[in-house]
Amino acid sequence: MPKDKPIEGEKRVFMTGNEVVAWAALAADADIMFGYPITPQNEIMHYWTRLAPKFGRDFLQTEDELSAGFTTLGGVLAGRKAFTATAGPGNTLMQEPMSMAEAMRLPMVAIITQRGGPSTGTVIYSQQEVTMTTLGGNGEGMRIVYSTATHQELFDYTIKAFNAAWKYRFPTFVLGDGYQSKMRESLTIYDPAERGIAIVPPEPYFGKPGVPGVDRPPSQLRNTYNMEEELYEVVEHYLEDYAKVAPEVAEYHAHYVDDADLVVVAHGVVARAALMAVKELREDGYKVGYFRPVTLRPLPEKELREVAGRTKKFLVAESANGQLARLLKEGAYGCTTEMLPLFRPGMGITPEEVIAEAKKILG
Amino acid sequence: MSLAQTIELAMPRCWRVDTKPHKFCPGCGHGLVLKALGYAIDELGIQDRAVFGCDIGCSLLSWDFFNLDTIQTHHGRTTPVITGIKRANPKLIGIAYMGDGGGYAIGSQHLVNAAARDEKITVILVNNTQYGMTGGQMAPTTLPGQKTETTPYGRDPEKTGFPFQGPEMVAAISRAGAYVARGTVANFRQLQRFLKRALENQMAGNGFSFVEVISACPTNWRTNAEETWNMIEHVLPQYFKVGEIKVPGAPAAQEGEKKDG
Ligand SMILES: Cc1ncc(C[n+]2csc(CCOP(=O)(O)OP(=O)(O)O)c2C)c(N)n1
Ligand code: SF4
Ligand SMILES: [Mg+2]
Repeated sequence: MPKDKPIEGEKRVFMTGNEVVAWAALAADADIMFGYPITPQNEIMHYWTRLAPKFGRDFLQTEDELSAGFTTLGGVLAGRKAFTATAGPGNTLMQEPMSMAEAMRLPMVAIITQRGGPSTGTVIYSQQEVTMTTLGGNGEGMRIVYSTATHQELFDYTIKAFNAAWKYRFPTFVLGDGYQSKMRESLTIYDPAERGIAIVPPEPYFGKPGVPGVDRPPSQLRNTYNMEEELYEVVEHYLEDYAKVAPEVAEYHAHYVDDADLVVVAHGVVARAALMAVKELREDGYKVGYFRPVTLRPLPEKELREVAGRTKKFLVAESANGQLARLLKEGAYGCTTEMLPLFRPGMGITPEEVIAEAKKILG
Repeated sequence: MSLAQTIELAMPRCWRVDTKPHKFCPGCGHGLVLKALGYAIDELGIQDRAVFGCDIGCSLLSWDFFNLDTIQTHHGRTTPVITGIKRANPKLIGIAYMGDGGGYAIGSQHLVNAAARDEKITVILVNNTQYGMTGGQMAPTTLPGQKTETTPYGRDPEKTGFPFQGPEMVAAISRAGAYVARGTVANFRQLQRFLKRALENQMAGNGFSFVEVISACPTNWRTNAEETWNMIEHVLPQYFKVGEIKVPGAPAAQEGEKKDG
């Protein structure tokens, strides 16, 4: 049954990030959302539950995030574009279904709106869910994680997340934060077709035509293996696939890096402050550059290493105690670039703070 | 008649012949439950629509047991996975298969809420009074005085409670359209009937369906054939009442529904 188009052509709007995500999920042809209330993610559900019935989409409020994650996997198995959204302690619970998604290559999509931690922390903002979202669960971090910085990106990358998940069959995350969730901002929402963006169609794992074992082999998925060798073979194969698609998936932004003495590295909303700071410093004659990984998994390693090879110092600015920095250190291993911290766990970072820190370093 | 033909006749049609003999211990109840389920699926002719989910526990050994689309999930999480499948494609018939640890301990919140929401799925829970797969620890269903690896001197109800009454709980919290029963591997025909009715209840869209099955784990019980049978036939039914507990349309169930409006 053809669905009504939620967005005809394109439209200039002024919305909160959570509303943007709901519209983007509609535009990406998402079929069903499973969710459990947690701030600052709630309004994704609130908007979705208002919009979804108008476009033949579905919603279920589950008993917890374990259930939200596992019902999402069930939705995917049935061949529907299923997604969920969570934050903080909910993200912690969500790691269990995420690891099953990795084990079975299930295209689960989750929107993460980071809040302060550890524990219940704050409901406001942080970048402290980077380690958990990129590498959480018992597994090898075979996930795709987009860290957005603007509401326009929230729209663009939510659509992209569904496409990436169903194309590559790795669980995929849009990593936002409480600021992005709650803030209003101008952006253009659009019908992806108008922009030439093809929507990757879902495909059922279960319930294909015919009698299993008679007309077709049964579709049977497991996550338990008897022998070390059996599991090793599966994981090696997945890792190979992941390494193969990583260069295609990885995204980054870089400015003024060619002659920079210092490169400010940041992701998500902090990257906005970093870019503003770098522009101002350049105007004042400082040789400062800007590097921002858009994908935190896989990391744009080649480009990171190129920049690291050209500059003496990185200033890593993040609203966490070095969770991005750890990823960078691994990605740039062997490079001699010094990594200087501007870590504010659970706190926002302003351009002024970045400017002050950069000036202190450059003297 | 060839051996293969003989084996085939002894098996439900929806079983996968190439994965037999199955991987459960000799004398295990799981094989019998899955046989009764297989015949119920055959009788209803739903092999093309039934989707099977197994938990982590000895039920995981059934991930390639049937010629059915099958998902092996995590310990306790089979109920939400099957719920998600059913919600996303209501034409499928969702079967969640789990142990008493999976359903009554780690996944109890899912069982409670799926029943309360009246999910149109069928949950089959094998009660073998302990954790089989992990080597025989106490489960919510362990009998008073029963020795397990974590109650080596016998379960003390003062400290760890009485055997969990699963179907009774599900019956209490589910709506009038729910089907709830407790069967036993000691009464195979009755068990097959209960499982068939549970599936029919889902197919009719009446509501949630739940069947607990009293089963045997001779390996961890450390019982011989005779002792095993004695446990199943005489000991366990003292704590777990066998029979249909809630049947849609039956007078008692309708009473309950009227009361909650
Ligand atoms: C999250 C999690 N905790 C613990 C385990 C370990 N574990 C595997 S099977 C099992 C118990 C199984 O007992 P039950 O559900 O009664 O099934 P049975 O083996 O008795 O059929 C446990 C605790 C696990 N796999 N996952
Ligand atoms: S350990 Fe017990 S429950 Fe598990 S297969 Fe063996 S007999 Fe069956
Ligand atoms: Mg058990």
